[in-house]
Amino acid sequence: MYNLNLVLPEIFISLSIMFLLILGVFKKDSSKIIYNLSILILLITAVITFNETLAINRVTLFNDSIIVDYLSSLMKIITLLGAFMVLLISSSYLKTFKIFKIEYPILILCSVLGMMVMISSNDLLVFYMGLELQSLALYVLATFNRDQIKSSEAGLKYFVLSALSSGLLLYGCSLIYGFSGSTNFDEIAKQLNYNEYILTFGIVFILVGLAFKVSAVPFHMWAPDVYEGSPTSVTLFFTMVPKIAALTVFIRFLYVPFLNLIDQWQLIIVFLSISSMLFGAIAAIGQTNLKRLIAYSSISHIGYTLAGLATNTNEGLQSSIIYITIYIVMNLALFSCLLMLKRNNQYYEDIDDLSGLSKNHPLLSLSLLIILFSLAGIPPLAGFFAKFYIFKAVLEQSMYFLAIVGLLSTVVAAFYYLRIIKIIYFDKEKEKFDNDHNLWLKFSLTFSTILILLYFISPSQLIDVVSRINII
Amino acid sequence: MNFPILSSLILLPIVGALFLFFTKDKDGNNLTAKYVALFTTIVNFLISIYLWISFDPTTSSFQFVEERNWIKDFINYKVGVDGISILFILLTTFITPLCVVSVNNSIKNRLRDFLIAILIMESFMIGVFCALDLVVFYLFFEAGLIPMFLIIGIWGGSKRVYSAFKFFLYTLLGSVLMLVAIISIYWISGTTDVIKLYELGIDAKYQNLLWLAFFSSFAVKTPMWPVHTWLPDAHVEAPTAGSVLLAAILLKMAGYGFIRFSLGLFPVASEVFTPLVYTLSVIAIIFTSFIALMQEDMKKLIAYSSIAHMGFVTLGIFTLQQQGIEGSIIQMISHGLVSAALFLCVGVVYDRMHSRLIKSYGGIVTIIPKYSILFMLFTLAALGLPGTFGFIGEFLILMGAFKDNFLVAVIASFGVILGAAYMLWLYKRVVFGKLVNEDLKQMMDLNRSEYLILTCLAVPTLFFGFYPEPLFNTIEVSVSDLINMHNSNIASN
Repeated sequence: MYNLNLVLPEIFISLSIMFLLILGVFKKDSSKIIYNLSILILLITAVITFNETLAINRVTLFNDSIIVDYLSSLMKIITLLGAFMVLLISSSYLKTFKIFKIEYPILILCSVLGMMVMISSNDLLVFYMGLELQSLALYVLATFNRDQIKSSEAGLKYFVLSALSSGLLLYGCSLIYGFSGSTNFDEIAKQLNYNEYILTFGIVFILVGLAFKVSAVPFHMWAPDVYEGSPTSVTLFFTMVPKIAALTVFIRFLYVPFLNLIDQWQLIIVFLSISSMLFGAIAAIGQTNLKRLIAYSSISHIGYTLAGLATNTNEGLQSSIIYITIYIVMNLALFSCLLMLKRNNQYYEDIDDLSGLSKNHPLLSLSLLIILFSLAGIPPLAGFFAKFYIFKAVLEQSMYFLAIVGLLSTVVAAFYYLRIIKIIYFDKEKEKFDNDHNLWLKFSLTFSTILILLYFISPSQLIDVVSRINII
Repeated sequence: MNFPILSSLILLPIVGALFLFFTKDKDGNNLTAKYVALFTTIVNFLISIYLWISFDPTTSSFQFVEERNWIKDFINYKVGVDGISILFILLTTFITPLCVVSVNNSIKNRLRDFLIAILIMESFMIGVFCALDLVVFYLFFEAGLIPMFLIIGIWGGSKRVYSAFKFFLYTLLGSVLMLVAIISIYWISGTTDVIKLYELGIDAKYQNLLWLAFFSSFAVKTPMWPVHTWLPDAHVEAPTAGSVLLAAILLKMAGYGFIRFSLGLFPVASEVFTPLVYTLSVIAIIFTSFIALMQEDMKKLIAYSSIAHMGFVTLGIFTLQQQGIEGSIIQMISHGLVSAALFLCVGVVYDRMHSRLIKSYGGIVTIIPKYSILFMLFTLAALGLPGTFGFIGEFLILMGAFKDNFLVAVIASFGVILGAAYMLWLYKRVVFGKLVNEDLKQMMDLNRSEYLILTCLAVPTLFFGFYPEPLFNTIEVSVSDLINMHNSNIASN
């Protein structure tokens, strides 16, 4: 008999989804209740995960198809808290666009469930199941503002390209299955310890699929359009939550089934990393829409995260997880600002709309200043430490080229972050934005900005949290 | 444990800035903000004076050392001073209150924010000079970019955006390679603690690359030819107080870095690259002096003269002679005072006439005599007249250079003549000559605060010009031990 307590978070969240659906059908005007309940459910699930699984070192369930270890528990908690924050701050946005419907929180819960399955998967099929569950929910979320042509376009684009990448991924899985005779990760790791020409294809296809999900260059094309077209609250969700799950799966694939094939994939990851860092930084320079710019900047940040994965060390993995965690906090702060740029029931997303913001909204501008310098990786803000750990891990392996290209692209990236700061601080002011913001929005902005600003006081905490991750 | 005097030096301006942050920002003359900032910086200056008095100059080991766990098993927050760094801390805490006083005339809007930026800047600069861990040093070194970027960008002149970007990106580009080098040092030697690294030494085969990485950062910051072009732009566009901070203290970070890190950590590489530094320094001295001769903008002229002076500094450091290094340190301190004064002098006339062009002045000696006298004093100090502070540093550097390399010293001496030429010519065109521009007749002489600032700068310029002994006492042992350490490292490799 399996200890079902270990999958209690997943069970709880699935039952809640069903309950919420039934509630939505039978009770009229229940969108507000369902929204608030969903927030609560995410929080409760996080607490359950924390209590039930965080102390577990490594247990596999259901014929080894599900794995519960520290990595999966930690990443689930980050995912759940990320989704929790997203729901917390996006209600006023949804109400403005009149898309405050029952489906929205339920879809978010569905995709979170999919991600949790992905994170815990120790088997190709379970992994694929989780991936599709989260993706299907995300397609619908992207088109959620269906009256706007851009939103529909975003959803369709995302769907077509994502389906293509899922196909590639499945093909890769079938190749791997063909060579190893098993879909189980541990089993594959045992079988695949030889060099075979065709095997490389399997790895490449799987990595391409995964690179698509995290929008690493050259599989990033969908990201700017989807990020721009989707409702801002959904973009926020896109930039934060699915990345965590995708990163975990990346780690699992590289360091469990493909561990013996490091020669085959290391160069691929290095290439993905370098091209993402550079391309993300260069392409963002010409952007005028903030959401598009964030899309490119997220591409570049994913490049740094991948750099940590390429090292083949525990420190590298840990630094990647630290990076993505800090990145999520910065992103949350940035989007909280974005959701405050509202005037007469209209949200503004062009960089030029920020012009002279510092005159009318000094505190908001100061937060943006801190966030943007942190994204650019200037000390003593949190973003610097994120990069610092990555490069520490990279240089331990004497990967000088990767480190130098990475650091040089931070200089390029600094340019476009500075450009936003310039527009906020040096340019002429425009009309005031609304000041009556949702309390939670203010809270999330203050909280995340203070985290970013004061992270340097005690950087060891986060290291302690991730230092238990020892996969290799 | 003793009272953490260095940490309080670093933290106090931040506390002041926080306090200012919670006061109300009024337009116009915000007296509260000014007094708070002034009080903070003066207290900081007094603490640093106390630091200097209780400093023991007979030893070269680091004093007032504080060490705290910071990033577990990796980096400790460690600060301390020796004879070299303490003078730079004094310079910083001395110049900052003068900057605060000088905002009276030049900063019209967002005074509170400006003072916050200045205070934060001060804290970072003190941090740079007392950090005893490479990562902590890097942190302070880079963090200074943020307030300076804002100072130039928000309160600067018409081309401020371009200058602010250029300043930021140039310096950042130089620094990222230093970060690579710092992390590499951690993996090579297992620590980033400067004192431990001094004892351990770094394997000679890595030194050349590491030295170059550090050099890329310091060369941009110094600035050395050919990566100096950000400096004139930044100076011209920055508000007066910003220029003062930039010229007086920011540039010294690099000179300090050369002495502390390039010489101290990479002795073998420093020998190898001495010809490179000599060449670049000599080019900087001669080339930028000629450029300075051609300038029509007063601030630009002084900016180029700064580059030439910093050329002397780098030259002196890499002579690896007692006189050369001591001369460089003295030169940095004196240049800190004198260039600050010169930028303030330009600021004085700019606030009245809103022009920095030399040709719009001329013949003001009879209209504003007090100003003309003080301006003359600083001009003479800048060109290194004996009896002023500027002379001592230049003289020692040249002495060191003659010992080491005759040709370089001869060419550099030629730079002294050029320096005299452009400074005197500037003075002649601005102060003497015929009064052509009728508007100049309305000019008021120095007001109280300007008079106070310039006198505060004039006193040490003259005092140390005649009696530099206290400074030499402070640095002598540290410098000679640095050279001994260097020589023994060379001998053992």
